[in-house]
Amino acid sequence: MIEFITSPFTYSFMQRGFLAALLVGVLCSVVGVYIVLRGMAFLGDALAHAILPGVAIAYLLGGNLILGAFVASIAVAIGIGFFSNEGTIKEDTAIGILFSAAFALGVALISSIRTYAVDLSHILFGNVLGVSEKDLIFTAVLTVIILIIVAVNYKQFMVISFDPILATMMRLPVQFLRYLMLVMLGLTVVVSIQTVGVGLAAAMLVTPAASAYLLTSRLPSMMIVSAIIGAISSLVGLYISYYINIASGSAIVLTATLIFMLAFAFSPRRGKIGHA
Amino acid sequence: MKTVTELAHLEVENIEAGYNGESVLKKISFSVPAGQSLAVVGPNGAGKSTLFKVLVGLLPIRSGTVQIHGKPLGYHIDCVAYVPQREVIDWRFPVTVLDVVVMGRFGKLKWLQRPGKTDFEIALHSLEQMGIADLAKNSIADLSGGQQQRVFLARALAQNPHILLLDEPFTGVDASTQETTMNLLEDLHHKGVTSMVSTHDLNMAATRFSQVLLINRKLIAYGSPEEVFTPENLQIGFGGQVLAMHGVMVVDECCPPDEPR
Repeated sequence: MIEFITSPFTYSFMQRGFLAALLVGVLCSVVGVYIVLRGMAFLGDALAHAILPGVAIAYLLGGNLILGAFVASIAVAIGIGFFSNEGTIKEDTAIGILFSAAFALGVALISSIRTYAVDLSHILFGNVLGVSEKDLIFTAVLTVIILIIVAVNYKQFMVISFDPILATMMRLPVQFLRYLMLVMLGLTVVVSIQTVGVGLAAAMLVTPAASAYLLTSRLPSMMIVSAIIGAISSLVGLYISYYINIASGSAIVLTATLIFMLAFAFSPRRGKIGHA
Repeated sequence: MKTVTELAHLEVENIEAGYNGESVLKKISFSVPAGQSLAVVGPNGAGKSTLFKVLVGLLPIRSGTVQIHGKPLGYHIDCVAYVPQREVIDWRFPVTVLDVVVMGRFGKLKWLQRPGKTDFEIALHSLEQMGIADLAKNSIADLSGGQQQRVFLARALAQNPHILLLDEPFTGVDASTQETTMNLLEDLHHKGVTSMVSTHDLNMAATRFSQVLLINRKLIAYGSPEEVFTPENLQIGFGGQVLAMHGVMVVDECCPPDEPR
């Protein structure tokens, strides 16, 4: 039994993979709380897909993939904020256009690469076993930065999410905080492509947080429970992936989904949802 | 709880405001002396909510000025408390009743500062005043309409405002909440808090408020209920929608136009 648990760790790439998955699981789940509460799930998915061209360009130039994704995500996050501010077309329409366009551009760029199928699948579905030491450090640093942003702006994020009117009356920099949230979301997506890929990043953002929403009734506990569910999903998913040899991202997301099903079945909140 | 020491005087001059296109509010001017308790009435779409949004800084004015304490809007961060219509709140958000009321204290805290013991005490005291202290730990999703209203009144109270704005607080709540709301207003009136309350209930406006502001896009009348509720003013303000019989006014609210939000 003990060997069952420790055996993956005999490989250093597995050690790095586990650490990266754990960090990403926690990070996505904490940021995901805002995604779920603010109804931004579609935006999260869009961002994840939209960073593809950044990754592709970095790949073609032989640069750091995560750095490419990082730049692309910030650009797209700010672009979406800009479009939705203008108000001439609806926000979800703007997102839909931007993200499919960016995704198409990304696929077009990647399809020009010879080993296209393998590379694309790694980007789409994650390659947790290919985490380098540099990637791991980058992931850890970004995780810490984002968690600090959440801690510093906790009160403000809560007010703009729950009661934008109060936020405006308190003269909070609402626009700035909205952009900050988008950038935070973009960074989180970047970090998560390493483990679950762009195709499944949205699931890691939404599923643990939605499960936590069903199980808790206050914001701090929702965040903690969400982080725990994210961490468990990542670890269990990786073990499943290691032992039955399936794609790590899928295993992680399916584990999180299973936890969501259980939370849904046993939620003390159920039945209350939807009555305003 | 600390009583209000500074008296707020509100001065609105010639304001124009609206959303897209034509202004909803046209050339409205009035002045509310400190400690006044004022009912704002008018038909649906008259711009009552719009006026409140202007006064709390949610909607920019196109022209004119709003001054509070003789200073322009935005100078005082939290001397104005606003209780919006209940439909605009996400009641599924994971917060307790106490959490919501404590938010009323946030305007007095620094960016990184967490609410302290005093803030929680003030919040609890506000809940007691609204008669719902026993609900403090409840999730807001569990509340009835009247309780929701009381939570937001308690939050406004915790803000310790100089001016309190209530948008339609008597609509869709039980009689006991209406009464608690009225009592709160009277209590605040004695403490020198200025309050403005929009309502559809003209009889409530006539009997429980010392001053009434009648608007329909433009200012129609402003003064004591006797001065405002004359047949001429009602005709101008509501058209054929109001029937005044035996001292009771009835507004015909069939098929009202939607007020822009």
